Amino acid sequence: MLDKIGVGSIDDLFADIPASVRLQKEYDLPEAMSEEEIRAHFDALGAKNKQQVIFAGGGAYDHYTPSAIGALTSRSEFLTAYTPYQPEISQGTLQYIFEYQSHICELTGMDCTNASMYDGATAAVEALFMAVAQAKKKNRVLVSSTLNPAVLSVIDTYTKYKGIAVTLIPEADGRTDRAAMQAMLAEGDVAGVLVASPNYYGIIEDYTGFADDVHGAKALLIMQCDPSALAVLKTPAEWGADIACGDGQPLGIPLSFGGPYVGFLACKKELVRKLPGRIVGATKDVDGKRAFVLTLQAREQHIRREKANSNICSNQSLMALHITIYLALMGKQGLREVNEQSYAAAHYLHDELVKTGLFASAFPDAPFLKECALRTTLPVKALQAYLAEQGYMAGIALGDYREGMDDCILLCATERRTKEQIDELVKLVKSYEIL
Amino acid sequence: MKYYDKLIFEISRPGRVGYSLPKSALSNQQSAISIPENLLRETPAELPEVSELDVVRHYTNVSNKNFGVETGFYPLGSCTMKYNPKINEEMASHAAFKGLHPLQSADSVQGALAIYYHTARALSELTGLADFTLTPYAGAHGELTGLMVMRQYHLMRGEAQRTRVIVPDSAHGTNPASAAVCGLEIVEVKSTADGTVDTNDLKGLLDDTIAGIMMTNPNTLGIYETQVVEIARLVHEAGGLLYYDGANLNPMLGASRPGDMGFDIMHINLHKTFSTPHGGGGPGSGPVGVAAHLVDSLPNPRVVKGENGEFKIQDAVSACGRVATFMGNFGVVMRAYTYILSLGKDIKHVGPIATLNANYVKESLRDAYYLPIDTVCKHEFVFDGLADKSTGVTTLDIAKRLLDYGYHAPTIYFPLLFHQSIMIEPTETESKETLDDFIDIMHRVAEEAIADPGMVKSAPHTTPVRRLDETTAAKNPLLKYRDLA
Repeated sequence: MLDKIGVGSIDDLFADIPASVRLQKEYDLPEAMSEEEIRAHFDALGAKNKQQVIFAGGGAYDHYTPSAIGALTSRSEFLTAYTPYQPEISQGTLQYIFEYQSHICELTGMDCTNASMYDGATAAVEALFMAVAQAKKKNRVLVSSTLNPAVLSVIDTYTKYKGIAVTLIPEADGRTDRAAMQAMLAEGDVAGVLVASPNYYGIIEDYTGFADDVHGAKALLIMQCDPSALAVLKTPAEWGADIACGDGQPLGIPLSFGGPYVGFLACKKELVRKLPGRIVGATKDVDGKRAFVLTLQAREQHIRREKANSNICSNQSLMALHITIYLALMGKQGLREVNEQSYAAAHYLHDELVKTGLFASAFPDAPFLKECALRTTLPVKALQAYLAEQGYMAGIALGDYREGMDDCILLCATERRTKEQIDELVKLVKSYEIL
Repeated sequence: MKYYDKLIFEISRPGRVGYSLPKSALSNQQSAISIPENLLRETPAELPEVSELDVVRHYTNVSNKNFGVETGFYPLGSCTMKYNPKINEEMASHAAFKGLHPLQSADSVQGALAIYYHTARALSELTGLADFTLTPYAGAHGELTGLMVMRQYHLMRGEAQRTRVIVPDSAHGTNPASAAVCGLEIVEVKSTADGTVDTNDLKGLLDDTIAGIMMTNPNTLGIYETQVVEIARLVHEAGGLLYYDGANLNPMLGASRPGDMGFDIMHINLHKTFSTPHGGGGPGSGPVGVAAHLVDSLPNPRVVKGENGEFKIQDAVSACGRVATFMGNFGVVMRAYTYILSLGKDIKHVGPIATLNANYVKESLRDAYYLPIDTVCKHEFVFDGLADKSTGVTTLDIAKRLLDYGYHAPTIYFPLLFHQSIMIEPTETESKETLDDFIDIMHRVAEEAIADPGMVKSAPHTTPVRRLDETTAAKNPLLKYRDLA
């Protein structure tokens, strides 16, 4: 090989690198490890994690993952393929993205969606960017305070650098304060409004009239939602929203310490040319066979460069496949059953805790599905630490994120939580009180 | 084999199910969700109704229409399609990490935090930078995060006016797009005839409005920027920072470190250099590394080591902000960590072998393909179409003909510096035999272009589908199953 190249050594291929920046040392790294050593190393690290029964959500939900998903997503034809830029040998990827798009549109009621986003937070940011791009001359957005604090934080970061003004709509009794929003919209400079359903507290807010308010101010309504819950809850389209966004994790993606998950972003067809990222469309090949292809690429960074509305390139394609297969397996009936069982578990947990006399709803009478905020007379952090020792992740301490909520805990139960686990948790809570 | 072209929706039959949930002891008799009617969905979502076997057979057939690194050689320039060892996958699905909730207390996820911490340390050693965040989800997300760090640094020094960033005209499309999303104005610096940054042009652009420069090294032509030390001096003297686009880091392993070259900020594509699979377009991972003076500007949260050796998750007020819901694609980080452990110190051979392979292919094909810049390359190189321009056969035709022979096409029509760019990157994981086979086929295609140009121009002929009507797809977008009815 060196003869063909016409050099004496591999080193000669690096002769152009100035001596001052040529690597002169051995890397300070361990010796190469064999597979057996690597397994032992991961086993040792894994033993340092404490496996807990999860009674928390906050953006990551412990739902059941059907066995067939991993078997299919790990097929190397999916796993080791590149972005489908050569459609003739990428119909596998292109077809599942088309199916993913169909699923997301079905759940949200929207007309179109892209091939996926990184996560729910960045999808929310891109939705706001779309609203600003669509409005052309308006540069301010309204965001409900009832959103997940991590999502609010990501929105704050992106908009700060991009130069978009964000105003938080205050909350009233755990819900978006509509009167406050109306007053803000009346100022006339709002491009978009972002609300969540269910919101951070798990409350299913009533958005009756919101779309009229927002559209009356010539702004777009954006709704962040839990796609799993959309099997039963009113869809963003039914609420009159223009853009839907969220995290696909609740669709059977394992918790996996926070990732990989997948974001989704869907919209009305009038907005499709503002939609960021890759989009797959159906077409035909020269023989008339149905086929799929990346389309509307004139929107994207590799064509528009600095004029593109987004810089997204790689997304979370394999995770889009994961939820596509999940939705096929669960189907119409299964996704509904997941919601019914989660509802039953979460309400049983809520009711049993309230019965102890140590807990009360933070927002009485607020409808919820699988997650709810409770006030407690017990010290939240100490209680959580005690339950963690017993192997339970008991919710999220809301005081870490919200003022005046030091006595509040955000608890969640999915269909994976059994009656026995809930009974045991409640028993432990009672035993803590006696301690 | 019979061609399979059904959509999952087309094999749906009412009442069929593919899941198995236990009978819940909690779902009460009415089993209803008791939520006010006006908050519930009006029309049900038409999800498929299929059995597990339906699903497994469907997606197995769908997968057969794809081409991955394990299907065949993937000489895709700028993408570093190296082999992804199986042990990476096994470790990423380790049961002790799968069920961890991202908001569990730090003391209950010490194993996971150790992986974050040690991966960041290894990346620091390999790049000569002080610290890394592993949160960014992909290369472009890393670029954006790195530019936020850059702006934050200038803001903290009271230099808010530094809002312009210099990008070479040969840069990846994500560079200017990321800069724009970060609120920066793009200034293009010219390339010289050999594709490297024109330092004379650069000098004229530097002033106190410049936040920094984004570069790849080797650049998009696979050529090492020999003026990098001088460029670093000039930009630093003008008060700017240097950003390194890590898309082309692979050949630098064992050769040269971005931190030593003078770069202040960089991102790494773990799905390129560190052997994690591309997944058909993600999930990737785009860790961002910085020099010591920028560590405080890295995004929240950060994983740090406490006095007693315990790992902590920490927020800083000086951070550029937060860029993800949690801490990124942890599963991808686990794969990259496994790869680093597998190679250890021997990772120094990666760059040299990748460079040897690329130069071998280049020298073996330059008789049949036009080599516009005749110099030693690093991990990749660019031809400007066939040497014989009389056939009318274009780069697109060559790419499509390669599909017939069982190869993925190289990157085509990028970089934009030439009209017929063919960008080839063989990576270090391919054997000489694989390279020789590819070289033979490339020669055969060049001969076919002369002997039977019509056949090459209508390629591919043997793929699951042939050339597609992309114009109609864009003119009349059909983006979901319901649109097909």
